[in-house]
Amino acid sequence: MLNRLTDALDFQGQALQLRSERQRLIASNIANADTPGYVARDMDFAKTLQAATSTLPSASTLATSHAGHIGAGAAGLSGGLAGSALTYATSSQPNLDRNTVDMDRERASFADNAIKYEATLRFINSNVRTSLSAITGQ
Amino acid sequence: MSMLSIFNVSGSAASAQSQRLNVVASNLANADTVAGPNGQAYKARQVTFQTELVGQTANDPTAAGVRVSTITEDQTPGRKVHDPKHPSADAEGYVTYSNVNAVEEMVNMISASRSYQNNLEVMNTAKSLLLKTIQLGS
Repeated sequence: MLNRLTDALDFQGQALQLRSERQRLIASNIANADTPGYVARDMDFAKTLQAATSTLPSASTLATSHAGHIGAGAAGLSGGLAGSALTYATSSQPNLDRNTVDMDRERASFADNAIKYEATLRFINSNVRTSLSAITGQ
Repeated sequence: MSMLSIFNVSGSAASAQSQRLNVVASNLANADTVAGPNGQAYKARQVTFQTELVGQTANDPTAAGVRVSTITEDQTPGRKVHDPKHPSADAEGYVTYSNVNAVEEMVNMISASRSYQNNLEVMNTAKSLLLKTIQLGS
């Protein structure tokens, strides 16, 4: 019974974590806007979320006792994204120093991701409020 | 809390950019220097950025900060002015000034300050998102 209340929260929680990972990724791109040879990365959010939530209820997760360990299933997400989930952004205007950060696009992605992060936060908040009013029972 | 390392990423970038701004300031200040402490004309300095991984795991590409790897001196010969009465004039009456190109330095300065602002904005956004995350469920 309690599962049904928390399952929706699990999904949103996973989405929130992925949003924060993407936020960090874009922040790294913006930070390296002037680094020679830096290649901008991005993630396909839909695919990554699908991959992350499909392994959500698995009971056979590996225990990790160190930050460097690679967990399996849902535990793998907290240890950082697998490198294969990340894609390379192709630059529309190549630079002489082989840097592929497109600042306009990164700024747009950053704002977009920030808003979607807040949206996910609101989803969780309203979910919690719904559960609370159900528990309170007046 | 992967969002917390955004402060490390953007902070390292802001620090690297401020170092670049520092170098630009010293170049501009010495644009008309005839001789430095070693008796030679001042040589323009240039910073080189390098990506620095600040993630928890060794090769986590989602948290890439920046650091200044080297500061190189521009080896092009300085500006020579014929002025036999100058105390630093050589045997042929030429005075060697520094090789700072003021236009180049101004462009460098604007680029550094814009990148600095970008990183500050990233940190501000991350901060407001984190503050909202703290209030989650209330």
